[in-house]
Amino acid sequence: MLTILFDGIAYGMLLFVLAVGLAVTLGLMNFINLAHGAFAMAGGYLTVLAMQRLGIPFLACLPLAFIGAALLGALLERTLYRPMYGKSHLDQVLFSIGLAFMSVAAIDYFVGSSQQNIQLPEWLRGRTEIGDGAFLLGMGHYRLFIIAVCAVLTVVLQLILTRTRFGSRLRAAVDDPRVASGMGINVNIVFLLTFAFGSGLAGLGGALGVEVLGMDPTFPLKYMIYFLIVVSVGGTSSITGPLLAALLLGIADVAGKYFIPKMGAFTVYLLMIVILLWRPQGLFTRKGAR
Amino acid sequence: MANVSSLQADLLGRARWRWWEFVIWPVAFVLPFVTPSHALMINEIAIVALFAMSLDLILGYTGIVSLGHAAFFGFGAYAAALFAKLVHPDPTLGLLFALVLSAGLGAVASVTILRGTDLTRLMVTLGTALLLLELANKLDWLTGGADGLQGVVMGPVLGLFEFDLFGRTAAWYSLTVLFVLFLVMRRIVNSPFGATLQSIRDNRLRAMSIGVPVVGRLFAIYTVAAAIAGVAGALLAQTTGFASLDVLAFDRSADVMLMLVIGGVGWLYGGVVGAVVFKVLQDWLSSVTPQYWMFWIGLILVLLVLVGRDRLLRPSTWFGAGRAVRKKGAQA
Amino acid sequence: MSAAQKASVASAAQPVLSASGLVMRFGGITATNNVSLQLRPGARHALIGPNGAGKTTLINLLTGVLTPTEGRIELLGEDITRLAPHQRVGRGMVRTFQINQLFDGMTPLQTLALVVSQQRGLGRKWWQPLGRDLAVMERVAQLLETFRLTDVAQLPTREMAYGKRRLLEIAIALACEPRVLLLDEPVAGVPAGEREELLQTVAALPSDVSVLLIEHDMDLVFSFADRMTVLVNGTLLTEGTPEEIANDPRVREVYLGHGEAAHE
Repeated sequence: MLTILFDGIAYGMLLFVLAVGLAVTLGLMNFINLAHGAFAMAGGYLTVLAMQRLGIPFLACLPLAFIGAALLGALLERTLYRPMYGKSHLDQVLFSIGLAFMSVAAIDYFVGSSQQNIQLPEWLRGRTEIGDGAFLLGMGHYRLFIIAVCAVLTVVLQLILTRTRFGSRLRAAVDDPRVASGMGINVNIVFLLTFAFGSGLAGLGGALGVEVLGMDPTFPLKYMIYFLIVVSVGGTSSITGPLLAALLLGIADVAGKYFIPKMGAFTVYLLMIVILLWRPQGLFTRKGAR
Repeated sequence: MANVSSLQADLLGRARWRWWEFVIWPVAFVLPFVTPSHALMINEIAIVALFAMSLDLILGYTGIVSLGHAAFFGFGAYAAALFAKLVHPDPTLGLLFALVLSAGLGAVASVTILRGTDLTRLMVTLGTALLLLELANKLDWLTGGADGLQGVVMGPVLGLFEFDLFGRTAAWYSLTVLFVLFLVMRRIVNSPFGATLQSIRDNRLRAMSIGVPVVGRLFAIYTVAAAIAGVAGALLAQTTGFASLDVLAFDRSADVMLMLVIGGVGWLYGGVVGAVVFKVLQDWLSSVTPQYWMFWIGLILVLLVLVGRDRLLRPSTWFGAGRAVRKKGAQA
Repeated sequence: MSAAQKASVASAAQPVLSASGLVMRFGGITATNNVSLQLRPGARHALIGPNGAGKTTLINLLTGVLTPTEGRIELLGEDITRLAPHQRVGRGMVRTFQINQLFDGMTPLQTLALVVSQQRGLGRKWWQPLGRDLAVMERVAQLLETFRLTDVAQLPTREMAYGKRRLLEIAIALACEPRVLLLDEPVAGVPAGEREELLQTVAALPSDVSVLLIEHDMDLVFSFADRMTVLVNGTLLTEGTPEEIANDPRVREVYLGHGEAAHE
């Protein structure tokens, strides 16, 4: 029972890191980016290839994945995404699906369609068990690592948002881009940096996720729904909203698959639909937010 | 005083049949006779055109962005397949069965699209389709699971026309159903009811403020669109002889949306044009690069949107200002 | 007394619209504080007050876009407090919007044909084309003429000049055959050259329609209204004839500020 909770939390935190960039993009630029998973995939494949072909150790791959995905994000934001901001949501959906399709096919072409595996370093394999019986808590070391990394990232994110000048510029730009730019805040740069950062986080999440989520060319499409759930249930007006939504989703998914394996992902989708029907603005949005 | 009859003429002119419509439909029906080797292709095009038109009802005319319309398509496919296998192999009965069942599903599902933002609606429509896919996957004793439902043998259409190996009966069958439902949809979109749908699309708040019962309209059109999509799915199952999980897959929902976008949203013939272009393109690209079909589709989508959907030439703008069927691109 | 005379005595007695004790609370904010309002048949009633006074909130309460925390609304003697917005329109309560809410994808001709059809209960007809019904089209032609929209009737709404869009905004409301018409700042943002047209149309509204006008333009308010209500911070300050309101020191204070000498 506790192990399921633990696994769910690990899964949830990973989903959070993967999806937080999407939440910020949606809240900031009112842009529905269904290709967000492609940046995660980029980070994942970067890690796999770096480890397999270049022999770079796992830990070093993590910042590599972040930077690689962030650069890709910055490039695409500047060239492709920027003209799309004013367009209708339908256009954005079509555009980002197109990008997602292209990324899926491209990876399939260059690397092949099979699942990718990595060898985790020794100290991340293994498992510690505490307690016994119903209160047995089995903690895989890798999942512990994930929780630790993601927790640190969450704290860092929160600090950036609330304690730095960039953070306040970002919050101003989210609240009202026109007023913000009237106050001298370079909204374009804010958008660019935020998009890049969000993509970088997705890439990092992808790298972390190779072991627990799997990595193959269909990753962006497979997990797109999960990212969207985190964002639509968690809302886009805070960091804590998506965090809570991701944790809820992670736990629900793991528990659902354990207790009612026949139904699998069914419970997650049903739960999502019910939640969105009950609170269309998301479970954790403050009133009046987008 | 404004001339009442010229005002009437303007409005009625939008609903009138154009000369080219009297050409393309007979041509479509003659084609399976003229090129029997392409009959299967024509059948497929008719089916997806019907599917695309049903999506246009909710997307183009009512402004509901749905990423899960395949839910009804697939549901109809399985319903018809199961009906033929377990109850009666008559195609028309099976079609009616699928229609009624899909309408029911649409009625239930319409509850999910009434409130919320575009993103929420995207999510719930996507979620509904994924839910059905999961169900179909898990209930493999009923649906055949990943293997699909095989061996659906159909009786002759109307007791007279056997399905032939060439697929000509299939093509005519699908074309007939397409035409009949097209006539119905055409009436709907040009009517006051259709105008209220467009008002909901353009400005829901104002639609409410002129007395349009928005919830009721959404319920009605979603049910109709689901029913028609279900019929399209049923046609697929009946004419190909099986139903598999990919009728419910996200690809289907994305493909049909792409078709509509290529052909033109908010214009019934957009579904037809899009279906033709898409299928021809798919056929050609699959022979050129079988695995990487998805890449080209993605590229087309990206370019289409970057260039601007309204800047694409559409036949509806070729016929001059006063008499054209002026449909603007849907603002989702 | 003839039946007509009896009827007119009865209607003179009973208000067409009656809102009593309306309260609207959002979380910690009380946007509307115990506001009551009555409209006689044929009223020309103005609602004024400084920005943020809660005028549009009140309109939203009356039309059903917002549900009041407390209070009661009656239209033609019937309780409509729980009715949905579209149902109130059916009973004769119609509004216009401060910012044009139009159907950009349609032409004025299509828009008005739609509204008139809907108003006459034809909105559910799916078999007949829009425009077939002659009676509907005659009314549409009439409205286009009254609102001077005939020359732009077949232009897509999004291409129309602002003044014409504003006229369409009001035409739509009139097409609903209102008993009570709530006009939310009808001349707001209209360029000087097009105001006259609009003002004349407002002045020529049918006398059996009860009108509640929200406006900041005091010239329009004083020339139009026979009765005024002043709203400040969601609370009713006072109500009376234009002369009473103009001479009320409290009103002057609200508009000119504390302790400032009135510069007359």
